[in-house]
Amino acid sequence: MTAIVNISLKNGVLDSQGKAVHHALDSLHFEGIKDVRVGKQIILKIDSDDHDKVRADVTQMCEDLLANTVIEDYDIELIK
Amino acid sequence: MKVAVLQFPGTNCEYDTVYAFKKLGAITQVIWHKEESLPEDIDLVVVAGGFSYGDYLRSGAIAKFSPIMKAVKEYANNGGKVLGICNGFQVLTEARLLPGALKRNESLHFISRHHNLKVVANDNIFLEKLSVDDVINVPIAHHDGNYFIDAEGLEELYTNNQVLLKYTDATGKISNPNGSVDSIAGICNKEKNVFGLMPHPERAMEILLGSDDGVKMLEGFLSA
Repeated sequence: MTAIVNISLKNGVLDSQGKAVHHALDSLHFEGIKDVRVGKQIILKIDSDDHDKVRADVTQMCEDLLANTVIEDYDIELIK
Repeated sequence: MKVAVLQFPGTNCEYDTVYAFKKLGAITQVIWHKEESLPEDIDLVVVAGGFSYGDYLRSGAIAKFSPIMKAVKEYANNGGKVLGICNGFQVLTEARLLPGALKRNESLHFISRHHNLKVVANDNIFLEKLSVDDVINVPIAHHDGNYFIDAEGLEELYTNNQVLLKYTDATGKISNPNGSVDSIAGICNKEKNVFGLMPHPERAMEILLGSDDGVKMLEGFLSA
């Protein structure tokens, strides 16, 4: 099973990277962009088919290591 | 006075820190991160600056799981004094020994230069040799020094005099190099035994090298 973890800065935490990318896109004259957020994606290949257990394990990984929950949110997607 | 200075793979300020505390008359010992315990009779643990484990995931995120950090947590929870400088500050926030987090600098640039700091609170052992509103000059050298804490946490910091230092200009007027909330450069925990700051007092020990304002900061620990 593959677990895709998307990590992004929480709403209300200024995303300087997103701001810089937004500014660059504006300079390139791409129009109508309201906001840009930059995050990171961590893809885990896990040797298990137990959906619930994998979700619980990956959640624990996020809480302990993958994300800093003081400033970041995470989202887990599981693919068979 | 005995000081233990932690060394992770990628730490690069441990010997500056040793130099600084030796100059003040302390006995120092560098402790490798694989150690599971701290020497018994120490008075202070310093988590030195650098790039622990390359800071590959986030600054300080992997170092917090080093064997020695379990001992540091226990030491701190029993009232032992801990000082985190730069990457050490990041490690202590990741380990939740200090509140908040350190984000990428708002400019996205690595900043390396001398900066002025204003003392905000001195009712703690670290800054007791300085006076509130004193302006000191100490080097900063970081990519992730943008201190963040939510509004509620910030209020708590102020209520308990946990905000220790702010970035200013030479006259004490706020001058924020990295986007930190309220220009905060250093804090302590509620119990005032765990301290963290991004600037490097251990690199401000000699006039010849630009400033010796670090002496007054670090010697606070020797008065215990």
